Amino acid sequence: MADPDRPPGKDAPAPAADPAPVDTTKAAPVVAERGAAPPPTGVLGFLVRHQAIVVPIIAVVLAFVIGAILIRAQGFNPTYAYQRLFTRSFLTHDGLLATMQKTTPLILVGLAVAIPLKVGLFNIGGQGQLMAGGIGAAWVAYALRDLPGPLLVIVAIVVGVLLGAMWASIAALLKTTRGVHEVISTIMLNSIAVGLIDWLINGGPLADKGQPFPTSHSVPEGARLTPLGILPWGLPVALILAVLVAWMLKRTTLGFELQTVGRNKFAAGYAGISTTKSTLIAMAISGGLAGLAGVFELLQIDPYRYQNGIAGSLGFDGITIALLARGNPLGTIPAAILVGAMRAGAPSLQFELGIRPEIVDVLLAITLLMVSLPVIAKWIFRRHATKQTQLAGSWGA
Amino acid sequence: MPDMEWLSRNKIWVGTAALVLIGAYAFYAVNSNIAVSMFSYAWFLAVPLVLGAMVGVIGERSGVVNIGIEGQMLVGAFAGFFAAAATQSIVVGVIVGALSGIAMGAFLAFSTVVGQLDQIIAGVVINIVATGITSFYFESGKTIPRGLPNFDVPLLSKIPLIGPVFFSDGPIALFALIIVFVLHFLLFKTRWGLRTRAVGEYPSAADTAGINVIALRLFNVTAAGILAGLAGTYLSMEATSTFERGMSSGRGFLALAILIFGAWRPMRALAAALFFGFMQSLASQLQASDVVNIPQQFINLLPYVLTLVVLAAAAGRVRAPGAVGQPFVKGD
Repeated sequence: MADPDRPPGKDAPAPAADPAPVDTTKAAPVVAERGAAPPPTGVLGFLVRHQAIVVPIIAVVLAFVIGAILIRAQGFNPTYAYQRLFTRSFLTHDGLLATMQKTTPLILVGLAVAIPLKVGLFNIGGQGQLMAGGIGAAWVAYALRDLPGPLLVIVAIVVGVLLGAMWASIAALLKTTRGVHEVISTIMLNSIAVGLIDWLINGGPLADKGQPFPTSHSVPEGARLTPLGILPWGLPVALILAVLVAWMLKRTTLGFELQTVGRNKFAAGYAGISTTKSTLIAMAISGGLAGLAGVFELLQIDPYRYQNGIAGSLGFDGITIALLARGNPLGTIPAAILVGAMRAGAPSLQFELGIRPEIVDVLLAITLLMVSLPVIAKWIFRRHATKQTQLAGSWGA
Repeated sequence: MPDMEWLSRNKIWVGTAALVLIGAYAFYAVNSNIAVSMFSYAWFLAVPLVLGAMVGVIGERSGVVNIGIEGQMLVGAFAGFFAAAATQSIVVGVIVGALSGIAMGAFLAFSTVVGQLDQIIAGVVINIVATGITSFYFESGKTIPRGLPNFDVPLLSKIPLIGPVFFSDGPIALFALIIVFVLHFLLFKTRWGLRTRAVGEYPSAADTAGINVIALRLFNVTAAGILAGLAGTYLSMEATSTFERGMSSGRGFLALAILIFGAWRPMRALAAALFFGFMQSLASQLQASDVVNIPQQFINLLPYVLTLVVLAAAAGRVRAPGAVGQPFVKGD
């Protein structure tokens, strides 16, 4: 049996039987793995209790140090580069707007990865689900272009969310009925979304044939969510959803069921919680959130058209964000702001210093690497380090 | 020699193989040119999938999931191409491509086996790091002196149909074909193979029997990286002679599906990869000859849809190695 919470040879009952819904990612009692070590006091104790925040910060700092070495190796001044990057993304009007616009979908795709993590699922398909939502909104915006603007926005959001949820549900159904691992199926669904949408907007039924490049029709002016100053419409929505998801996971029966399945699906089964139902619900919610990210990408960003590459690498940034946040829904907010600022500031590196904007991809990749390596937590906290997420046990099942 | 017991155990596979061969030769008799070009194209597409699937076979048979094949291939393609471009030597390119695969394999091995990083997260990290690094250091306008040359294997290339399809290709394609049979032999007929399977199936039992589980997993996953590196080098130096960003385009994941469809066995994975290649080649052929009018995008989607269908069909019929995905902690 491939269950991570029950290593062979350990007879101790699984901790998931605990009736109180405890959020292990945050103020969790530190579980000593072997031999009960007394919880440390003083500075170390403070750090141990807050390691869910301390570890990601150390990871980001380490990533920036390694990034600085790489920038130096290219013959540039890393301090100046970082200064330009963040000056642009936080201290200029256009840059700050871009940061906020990029943060919006990033929070949502971060949540789309974080929620399934709680159930022990790894949703790599945020990218495809986002694209499904975006193209759904593009279709509605064209087909119902005579509707009044606000109504059109609402219909576009509903359709986009449903399409995103549907796209994720394909993977969930393949998992629950046929045992296809979600990592492979969601990746395949990403590629399928890319191809299908390329057909739709490149000479297919949604294409604006009056344009020289593949694109959908542009969103009618009344339905465009032009930003209010530096605040894009989607950002408060994303923030509220992050809080709602955190509340749902912590305070509702559904959240308790999802987390129980994620901790130990056998214990959950004995307690009468359906793994199948939890898988389907978690993936549908995730797909809906990613789909909503796609809707905002279409409705609130110039040129208000669906074009190839609109999704960028948002779906994959979502993985980095969810792991930086250690699966905590509220943690996705600062993580998304950081990633959004780096993405928004990247062009200025290109224009002002001549550093390739792909340095941001490298920085994010190294951050992801640093935050996921358990050695960092082990090195600082030794036996007090909390256990890492274990997902691979579901591979053969 | 295949004895009677082996035949009766594998009668479905032998029968299917015989039918496919008869079908292929019937096709060849009707139109030899189209048959050779279609099957050659199928093998051309299947080579990186075969190599990728062998990386997966070695890893998962030893108990380590490798989601990072895609990234390992991409780095192999990148390193091979740019090393060849810098030194203007294709031999150096192939060697560097293979070595970069070892480096990527070593990262997966040490982070998961020693560092106990979750194997799936480790693989996803490899893919994202590979994409970031290869696009940052990418330089356009570089060229390599030439792609790896095709050559005819003496005698074997004279066999009708099979000869031109399998035995007059480049060196990596030929290597891919050979490694399948070598790996099958190693896995099922040697001490290393028995130990590897034991470590992947029931590591604590293997440990009790005196096998060093950690060392064997480290060695296998690291060494398998060579094949991923060569798969990448095939893409940038044999199938084409250029490197593009994101050039592996999902082949690493197709390889994983092929591995599952092939029931974690080298020869069946080869058959599965050929099936994938053939379906794609068939679709292209139908498109090119105007038999059907399907948009090009749908032809390109075929392998991904096929993967989902194949996995949904294969589920429940095949069984993964028992300990795949689980870290081994001695005495736990």
